[in-house]
Amino acid sequence: MRAALSRLRVVREPNLAMTARALEESAEGPRPLVPMAGGTDLFVYLNAGALPEQDYLDLWHLDELRGVIDTPGGVRIHALETFANLRRDPLVKRRYPALAEASSWVGARQIQNRATIAGNIANGSPAGDSLPVLLALDARIRLVRFSAPRDVGFDTFYTGYRTSVRHPSELIHSILLPWPLPGTRQYFRKVGTRLAQAISKVVIATTITVQKGRVTRARIALGSVAATVVRVPSAEDALLGEKLTPAAASEAARRLRESIHPIDDIRSTAAHRLRVAGRLVELAVADALR
Amino acid sequence: MVTRSPAVNRPRSIGRSVPKKDAAAKVTGAALYVDDLSPEGLLHGATVRSEIPAGRITRIEFDSAFDWSQVTIVDHRDIPGNNCIALIEYDQPALVENEIRHADEPILLLAHPDREKLQQALRAVKVHCEPLEAVLTMERSIACARLVHATDNVQKRFLIQRGDLEAGFARAHKIVEREYRVGHQEHLYIENNGVIARMEADGSLVVEGSLQCPYYVHKALMHLMGLPAEKVRVVQTVTGGGFGGKEEYPSMISAHAALLARKSGRPVKLIYDRMEDIAATTKRHPAIVRHRSGVTEEGELVAQDIDVIMDGGAYVTLSPVVLSRGILHAGGPYRCPNVRITGRAVATNTPPNGAFRGFGAPQTLFAAELHMDHLAESLGMDPLEIRRRNLYRLGDVTPTGQVLRESVSASECLEKAVKVSGYVKRRKALDAANRKALARPAGKGPRKVRGIGLSLVHHGAGFTGSGEVKLASIASLDLSPEGRPRALAASTEIGQGTVTIFSQMIGDALQVSHDLVEVAQPDTLRVPNSGPTVASRTCMVVGGLLSQAAADMRARLLEFDPRGWSDDRSFRKLALRHLKERGALRIDRQYQPPSGIEWNDDTYTGDAYGVFAWACNVIEVEVDLDTGDARPVEVVTANDVGKAIHPRLAEGQIEGGVSQALGWAILEELRWKDGRVWNQQLTNYIIPTSMDCPPMKVIVVENPYSGGPFGAKGVGELPMDGPAPAVVAAVRHATGQWMDEIPISPERLLEKLARLEEALT
Repeated sequence: MRAALSRLRVVREPNLAMTARALEESAEGPRPLVPMAGGTDLFVYLNAGALPEQDYLDLWHLDELRGVIDTPGGVRIHALETFANLRRDPLVKRRYPALAEASSWVGARQIQNRATIAGNIANGSPAGDSLPVLLALDARIRLVRFSAPRDVGFDTFYTGYRTSVRHPSELIHSILLPWPLPGTRQYFRKVGTRLAQAISKVVIATTITVQKGRVTRARIALGSVAATVVRVPSAEDALLGEKLTPAAASEAARRLRESIHPIDDIRSTAAHRLRVAGRLVELAVADALR
Repeated sequence: MVTRSPAVNRPRSIGRSVPKKDAAAKVTGAALYVDDLSPEGLLHGATVRSEIPAGRITRIEFDSAFDWSQVTIVDHRDIPGNNCIALIEYDQPALVENEIRHADEPILLLAHPDREKLQQALRAVKVHCEPLEAVLTMERSIACARLVHATDNVQKRFLIQRGDLEAGFARAHKIVEREYRVGHQEHLYIENNGVIARMEADGSLVVEGSLQCPYYVHKALMHLMGLPAEKVRVVQTVTGGGFGGKEEYPSMISAHAALLARKSGRPVKLIYDRMEDIAATTKRHPAIVRHRSGVTEEGELVAQDIDVIMDGGAYVTLSPVVLSRGILHAGGPYRCPNVRITGRAVATNTPPNGAFRGFGAPQTLFAAELHMDHLAESLGMDPLEIRRRNLYRLGDVTPTGQVLRESVSASECLEKAVKVSGYVKRRKALDAANRKALARPAGKGPRKVRGIGLSLVHHGAGFTGSGEVKLASIASLDLSPEGRPRALAASTEIGQGTVTIFSQMIGDALQVSHDLVEVAQPDTLRVPNSGPTVASRTCMVVGGLLSQAAADMRARLLEFDPRGWSDDRSFRKLALRHLKERGALRIDRQYQPPSGIEWNDDTYTGDAYGVFAWACNVIEVEVDLDTGDARPVEVVTANDVGKAIHPRLAEGQIEGGVSQALGWAILEELRWKDGRVWNQQLTNYIIPTSMDCPPMKVIVVENPYSGGPFGAKGVGELPMDGPAPAVVAAVRHATGQWMDEIPISPERLLEKLARLEEALT
């Protein structure tokens, strides 16, 4: 452990209201509190000594931030829902199979027991496994502060590499996933460095809605190909109004390869990512055909 | 005179999978590893390392804002003896004096009572350097881009010659020439390197830690500290894996802890975290192997011209012996009358590469096996058939002129693995399935193809050539004060089962239960030098000495009381009586080479090994044509180990070795950035998890060796040798692509496949 654990301060307040207040108060001071959920990513950074000394606000005990709730507008998933829960939640499995699938690919069982969906969002890694799914599902993020909540579309949440519209005084409260339209097929695929305990080289989630044989709506979202998770509107447009054919798929893949600019890094190469991302779009379309 | 044989009804434990003796303590957490130990007054140590691969130190700056009063600081001037880690050559300094020869080379040592403060102290030291041109690849080293070793950057050369190469090529119907490459590999033992050192009041030094070879550390510390043998004591603590990674490196970390302990006058614990361990410690040698060989129309191998280059890294360390084993296996398990094998270990500005399971043989066998496949292909022959025609049989002669006199199982291993895997039928079935899969256009769903490949390997048992004779190992057996037989040997338990198999062998020889037998903790104060725990020699060589000692002890006890014993209780009674009436009983046995073994180090001819172990791997691989991922889906592995003393442990060694080899073949790639290891973490140095390891059918073949205890030949390294070329052969079968360089990363494979597809469309 390269970080000095004895110098870490972890603040723990009894309930959500007091937690939110503590966060808001600290945000104006010299050492804003950093909200901490499952801590699975945090621990890796601490071990490597890669974080500045900062104070943490523990959320783990706040049951107010747990629960998967059926609402008229869709399903509301609260911040601290773990991937272990999401991969087996009946509602999620039935209505958002891509999210259940993505949850099952996070780390491995031990990580899934601690890692939370809000942690994945707040951590903001472009390789976050659940994030392309949230993009493809048009998720809305509810942020709360002691004074007032607000909802933000997930497609406008990130502002850059690991930066977001979330103000340091705000907590992620929950994620609303609108009900999928009838005729929508969801697809998820993670291409990682190995079959478990892996970080993705490319990760894709798509939702393709087909009505009367034509695509009426398409979402193509990718991770690990840019500074944030991204949607690729040009590729989505290639499918709109089309029948799902290999030709349409290959046109979407072509546009996708033109629109994204992945990089070489420790896990893979730009060329490989580009090639695989194109193939994954074709696979997603082929999957929607079934 | 023995008048009566003691009871012989006891079931022998050899060949039975008795409970592993160290298992309970390890699974319950009772076993104490070095980081669990905290002697009073302990300081924690840390190492300031170079951040560049080559350069000269101009200035070392200590941040004046930091409180240095409690920090012990050691540099090369604090070394009382010679500033070197004594191994084969004495070229590697314990601490850099001026010239930095590789990244993460140790420069300064720090110790502090508090681990967190120590981390801050590390950050408060700045080493200023004037960089030199770094030689980071074998090609640059050979081109002498800059001299980093001697006058030609070559650390060691070897030549093996047999027959008439030109005449051989003249007979050839086909001549095939190719180059093969393998990369670094990290051992990734579960427990990182770590030791504790302390100075005793009488000026002697004690080092305890996680290590494979107590006497290597002992020798290095004598030179470094200028101490006589009796003033240096090295003790092995419970060790979480080694794989060769704790063969020579512990001498370095022990040296550092010892220097800090000497200067501070306090015990010092030096434990690497994973990042430091991956960045600074040894790796498997990368290699470039070039083959030019000739075959007749019938597939008979008539000429092999092989050149082996290994990357030794910045210092010589063990590279000469790794290279030696590499070239001695470079021809593969095949008879060939005309052979030339040349080998070079070259110096680069990278951390020294070192011992790793297989010790040079996996690198050269990879090339040899792939080359057999290329030869077969040049003839339109099945890979199985060309092997059947050339594999070593009893009486065949190796490139060094060694006549294979016994325990030759190439054919048996090959035929067993082929039969169990259904290789012939499966290969045909996959051919048909793949044609269908490949005909399917992209965009119509996932496309996967499968292939099946095989490899055949041999592995020389024990030390090379005259190595065992030079070592002249001694192992002892005495009676403990409780009247139990007690093994005294420097052989370490590193998870592989040393303690259990020693107990089995001694127990059977004495006709007591293996539970009664004690195996002393390896401690240079108490145990004789039975040599290092390496080279698959623990069971065959040291186990052999202990078995002989046990037979001697039995005779001595029967001489003392001819009535003998019938069970553990009566043995102890008799033993205690012996201790009381006659005093201590201790039997020392020293290694004697089997008769008829001759080796010439100057000409590199003769019996390179007493015997060889053999293995055949048949591996089926599935390749995802959309992602380039190659995944092994089934492994059949037949291994002739002579005799499996403990079948379950032998199978475990085989499964573990195969998994490690699969990682090397497919997943594991050391990445470099500015001459430093870039992927230093478990999240980015990718080894297989249980999810990535396919089901394995392990076949243990037992073709006994007359020179090994109960016929045993060793199993530790053999399973590392064969899987990689079998995987490449399977990928070739699946995709039509030859991957002559490993790892077969998805990046490389997909690139090749995509180029092919683009060329077709």
